[in-house]
Amino acid sequence: MSFDLNFIGILIGAIMASSVPLILAASGELITERSGVLNLGVEGMMIVGAISGFALMVVTDNLFFAVVGSMMSGLIISLIFGFLTQSLLTNHVATGLALTIFGIGMSAMIGKNFVGIPGKEFPLLFVNLKESIPFLGPVFFGHSIILYFAFGLPFLTNYFLKRTKLGLIVRAVGDSPVSASNQGINVTLVRYSCILYGGAMCGLAGAYLSLIYTPQWIENMTGGRGWIALALVVFATWSPIKVLIGALIFGGITILQLHMQAVGLRIPVQLLSALPYIMTIIVLVVISRDSRKIKLNTPTSLGQIFYKEK
Amino acid sequence: MIKIEKRNDVSRSIYFLTPVLAIFLTLFGGGIIFFILGFNPIEALKFFFITPISDLYGLSELLVKATPLCLIAIGLSYCFKSNNWNIGAEGQLIFGGIVGGGVALLFYNHDGFYVLPLIILSGAIGGMLFAMIPAILKTYFNTNEILVSLMLVYVAKLLLDYLVVGPWSNPEGFNFPETRQFSDSARMPILFDGLRIHAGIFITLITVFLSWLILYKTYLGFQIKVSGLSLKTAKYAGFKGKTMIIIVFMISGACAGLAGVGEITGPIGQLHRNISPDYGFTAIIVAFLGRLNPIGIIFASLIVALTYLGAETAQIFLQVPKYTGQVFQGMILFFLLGSDYLLFFKIKFLGLKKNEL
Repeated sequence: MSFDLNFIGILIGAIMASSVPLILAASGELITERSGVLNLGVEGMMIVGAISGFALMVVTDNLFFAVVGSMMSGLIISLIFGFLTQSLLTNHVATGLALTIFGIGMSAMIGKNFVGIPGKEFPLLFVNLKESIPFLGPVFFGHSIILYFAFGLPFLTNYFLKRTKLGLIVRAVGDSPVSASNQGINVTLVRYSCILYGGAMCGLAGAYLSLIYTPQWIENMTGGRGWIALALVVFATWSPIKVLIGALIFGGITILQLHMQAVGLRIPVQLLSALPYIMTIIVLVVISRDSRKIKLNTPTSLGQIFYKEK
Repeated sequence: MIKIEKRNDVSRSIYFLTPVLAIFLTLFGGGIIFFILGFNPIEALKFFFITPISDLYGLSELLVKATPLCLIAIGLSYCFKSNNWNIGAEGQLIFGGIVGGGVALLFYNHDGFYVLPLIILSGAIGGMLFAMIPAILKTYFNTNEILVSLMLVYVAKLLLDYLVVGPWSNPEGFNFPETRQFSDSARMPILFDGLRIHAGIFITLITVFLSWLILYKTYLGFQIKVSGLSLKTAKYAGFKGKTMIIIVFMISGACAGLAGVGEITGPIGQLHRNISPDYGFTAIIVAFLGRLNPIGIIFASLIVALTYLGAETAQIFLQVPKYTGQVFQGMILFFLLGSDYLLFFKIKFLGLKKNEL
């Protein structure tokens, strides 16, 4: 095999594409977690987004409705989680798990009549530039609009959290809900909003899979990406820019597997697939060992129930 | 006007009645979903919850599925009672299955009475060791056990996948991702001819009884209970927190590991990719539904096992996907968690005053 610069460009493009659902879901979950809420329902919200997007595409024949609808359905299903954890003060971990289990079941029920229907071609931007520029073309061009959005999102998220007043409020609520509440911030409202935003982003991540990445509906098609996105937030130590880097690493591992099999390298595929999880555990150990480091990185009230006596 | 007040005392009868309320609400919710999908809801619910257990074979299948669920949930109750969030029972089940299965393959074609006990023991140890990873990381490195135990589920799944595709795959198996069928000496005895119910149910029942003794009659059980109610009190009383965390994880992992070997030496008889239909995750629902109480968990495991069976029956008669069972499992937990609100808060309906209208 000769050294082919264009091939490497195509490879990088493929890695970028495979990291999109991870970036979207993890960026959404990051905001949710920064407000102090641990939602383990990422996988469930993604799969519901995937089927809603695909079903709406088939029914309305309109990709815009499909994409917006997938975000709406992610938002609606996360509302169940929000209502339970914020209004009925239920345990975050158990509620999130219930959401994932429920979402996988629900998506399969809705998707029963959509199995085997071919997807529609999703418009890709700058296709001519992709082909005319070697190496840089396939890296930067010929992607869907959702990919460009996904790659901008971590920077927007970073700006939001660090430079805007609302971002400061979200962080305050996550780090110390009691003092935030004493400052007159409506903690429950902020957390509700962050949960719904996370749901919408997970829905979009699912729609990317069923509309663009593998345009069809297959039961359980998210295949554990929601859990990887959850790992990614931790791996990135709750920093949006590191989410982007982590997603490229985790996405790269997926693409690498396919090519290693083709080249015939004798590293077990499963070991590569396990790397994101193992790396996340290592990062957790490194940041948690030092109590100052964990305070600096983790939303302090993550997963804790906040109740204000009225 | 509605006024909400925190209750000071939690009534024990409501505490054990809300799970029943949750089950009824789930049936109601399930009926609505079936109606929306165009089925006759009563008929569909009948296929789901009555048809599967209307004969002897069905009842045996119910026990086959409840056996691992109950066992794992009992183990989890040690963790949850003491505020340790082990949600990686699925991984501990798989790892126990791997270790037990490895021993079964090692003793392939041996027939001795010692083979099966050895497999069971090694499975329990496997699950225990795997559960010790999040426990040790939590106690010595202060990591979050929820995330670590969850990540390890996928590591265990991939390890199993690697083994059954690669080094442990059946040499005469035409490259199917599965090991050899274990020899008879490595299989759980079947209790009745023609049914699949196996001796694993005794392991579950013994564990339930021992757990009741440990949790309610020993010093360890007392420590677990106090740590769950208030970590500060536990520290003040001088309990060795670290040791207790490791012990509850070890017990919980051993139970999950036992459930794993119970499955592979019982109904399955070999290792392959899908040795568990997410029993480790579903058992979390069982533990909650049973209120972390050994007797409650027995009933809860039967109910949740029924959702597995119902999904299989409904798949045949109503052509709905097998994942439908998960809709019910998710709903049970939603309703259960939600109805707990009634436990901790009083809702008072006050008369509307004129100026508020």
